[in-house]
Amino acid sequence: MLSVTTAVRDQIVEHCLAGRPEEACGLLGGTINGESADATVCYPGRNLAASAILYELDPKDHLLADRDAEERGLELVGVFHSHTHTEAYPSPTDVGRAPDPTWHYVLVSLRDQEPVIRSFRIQDGRITEEPLETSATTGDN
Amino acid sequence: MAVIVRLPTVLRPHAGGERQVDAAGATVAEVMGDLIGRFPSLKDQLFESEASLRRFVNVYLNDDDIRYLGGLDAGVSDGDQLTILPAVAGG
Repeated sequence: MLSVTTAVRDQIVEHCLAGRPEEACGLLGGTINGESADATVCYPGRNLAASAILYELDPKDHLLADRDAEERGLELVGVFHSHTHTEAYPSPTDVGRAPDPTWHYVLVSLRDQEPVIRSFRIQDGRITEEPLETSATTGDN
Repeated sequence: MAVIVRLPTVLRPHAGGERQVDAAGATVAEVMGDLIGRFPSLKDQLFESEASLRRFVNVYLNDDDIRYLGGLDAGVSDGDQLTILPAVAGG
């Protein structure tokens, strides 16, 4: 399960909406608890691919997020990105390029009026949806 | 030169579970060589061939991508920080 704070959830959706018509992406910082994680910090990133169908997180944004998470005593626990015209489900490219089997993969679909946000694990090429829970706490932001 | 190598979660199982390790060398290549000498299974994770890193591995020397510093030949100084990160991408 992935638990996100209300603030993190709002930041994810805001960043994805702001990135339209291109895909938007970013990282999540938090704590790992076995197969679950609590995401308490959102790191909006730049999409170097500048594309409506691909994303490539600027590695400099990754570096800065990694350092900030370490300073806070947190880990990077996952990545989020948007699908502007398709459902919130990992594409074959998402599976092929998934960088870390311990991560949680958050997908935001902007296809419909209301953004749809879902979370997945991607391990050994297999996609497993997991519960995405929003906690009431405000987190570290 | 003694540098600190920071590892992403995906690589830590190959380095005894450590988040960061010390390594020595005068260039990025030598530091990597020292690291792999102690943690041999990192080699396939990091290198495509003897002389080139995997395409989806990003290496930062302090604040700079080593691709802009001369790649594996980039010189390192005492206390430098080498950060290894997986490329994060998808569609």
